[in-house]
Amino acid sequence: MAGDLKGEAMKSRLESLLLPLAVAVCFVLGWHFAVRWSGSDIFPTPKQVLSGTAELARKGVLFKYIVASLFRVSCGYMLAVLVGIPAGLLMGWFGRARAAFNPALQVLRPISPIAWIPVAILWFGVSDLAPIFLIFLASLFPIVTASMAAVQNIQLNYIRAARNFGIGGLELFKKVVFPASLPQILTGLRLALGVAWLVVVAAEMIAVNSGLGYLIIDARNAGKRYDLVVAGMAMIGLIGLGLDWLVRRMETLDEVRWGISGR
Amino acid sequence: MTFQSKDRNKEAVNVLEDINLEVGDGEFVCIVGPSGCGKSTLLNIAGGFLGATRGEIRIDGEKVTEPNPRHIFIFQENSVFPWLTVEDNVGFGVKRSNSREKAELVAHYIEMVNLTGFGKAFPSELSGGMKQRVEIARALAAEPDVLFMDEPFGALDYLTRMKLRYELTQIWERERKTVLFVTHDVEEAVQLSDRVVVMGKRPSRIRDIVTVDVERPRDLDDPVYRRLRDHIFRVMGLDHSGQSLDGEDAPKVVPFVGRR
Repeated sequence: MAGDLKGEAMKSRLESLLLPLAVAVCFVLGWHFAVRWSGSDIFPTPKQVLSGTAELARKGVLFKYIVASLFRVSCGYMLAVLVGIPAGLLMGWFGRARAAFNPALQVLRPISPIAWIPVAILWFGVSDLAPIFLIFLASLFPIVTASMAAVQNIQLNYIRAARNFGIGGLELFKKVVFPASLPQILTGLRLALGVAWLVVVAAEMIAVNSGLGYLIIDARNAGKRYDLVVAGMAMIGLIGLGLDWLVRRMETLDEVRWGISGR
Repeated sequence: MTFQSKDRNKEAVNVLEDINLEVGDGEFVCIVGPSGCGKSTLLNIAGGFLGATRGEIRIDGEKVTEPNPRHIFIFQENSVFPWLTVEDNVGFGVKRSNSREKAELVAHYIEMVNLTGFGKAFPSELSGGMKQRVEIARALAAEPDVLFMDEPFGALDYLTRMKLRYELTQIWERERKTVLFVTHDVEEAVQLSDRVVVMGKRPSRIRDIVTVDVERPRDLDDPVYRRLRDHIFRVMGLDHSGQSLDGEDAPKVVPFVGRR
């Protein structure tokens, strides 16, 4: 019986690996023949994209651009974490703080980070600061909203039990409010990282001269190198997948596993 | 512990009225009553989580105004911290600063609630009954004088309840804490307590206080036990088969005279 169960688990793991792989192969084949049959000489075949990527890697710009993009994301995202979590926790805990700041937050939240681009250029010029500011803005709102909701959703009994044991003030925050909110905060962090990565590419298209977003615009403008455009897009997708995988790994930690519904 | 004529005004509805009760040191007292009669409200006021509109509760002569680590409240569910291991949960309220003493105390109470070997487990890996054991161990490890228990076994299945009742009796005989235990389960009340306080519908008053003078552990088939239980059912307006005693029968409750 146990062997059967083990076999079942192996089978479903194999399936979850093979099925997406089959889809990827079909997609690449479809892409290849679509380009061939349409006779397009601008849109690249998968093979051309691969050799374009290799060319970028040889020249050393691929690594440089990836690092540049990741650097901007890290700065803006970290800043948003440092501001967003404490702000969200406070707004979740103190009804008055929530009443004061939440309406402003809800007005700012639906404004796309793209709409802030002109303002960012005005304030920060053509420097790293402009995209960092945009990433900060984009990731701030999901983090604040998730942290605030996390505190509001804490089981009242946790707080009452802690108070009963004589825990109050800052200690209550450290020992109960923060750990009890952590799973939901982590969900917000995951969402925010996705948005941050989305925005870095858009931000790099206008203001700077490095990064994956810059690569895409530059390759198009300098000689319609669509093989490089698609290479940049593929890189963005793969790195985004990697970032999400990292956060999902954090969701399996004992500190938060209890509050994250099974996926 | 004294309860003095305390009412709680909630949206102009008197939930509790004219409740006067004294609980002795080391006594196990159960409060039973129909749901919505305010027995939990009473316990929450005693625990310091709610304020009384009139009247007061004194424990060791001190008026209750807020939660106090010497009087630990045990909830029905959802109050064991899921981000801490069993060990860390039990150690949460320990006041000893010596870490060796603390570890011994934690191990002692984990053993007392029969969870030896589960110290490093997280609550999500435990059953409902085991979580309540963790909660009881956590309360005892804080070395309180009084335990307030608000239907602590109310969310468990019947067999687990029976088992935990028996274990609680054993623990209480070793620890001799003052316990105020709220339940709607008359059997549970009679099996556990020295005295059963029977409350009626809103606004609630004490309908009767029944002394249970039967040796522990109590035999559910003991005729005295059964007579006490049926008496409480009658006070609550039911006969022992569950039929309502209405009109004429209901008020005709005669004070119960026990074995002695």
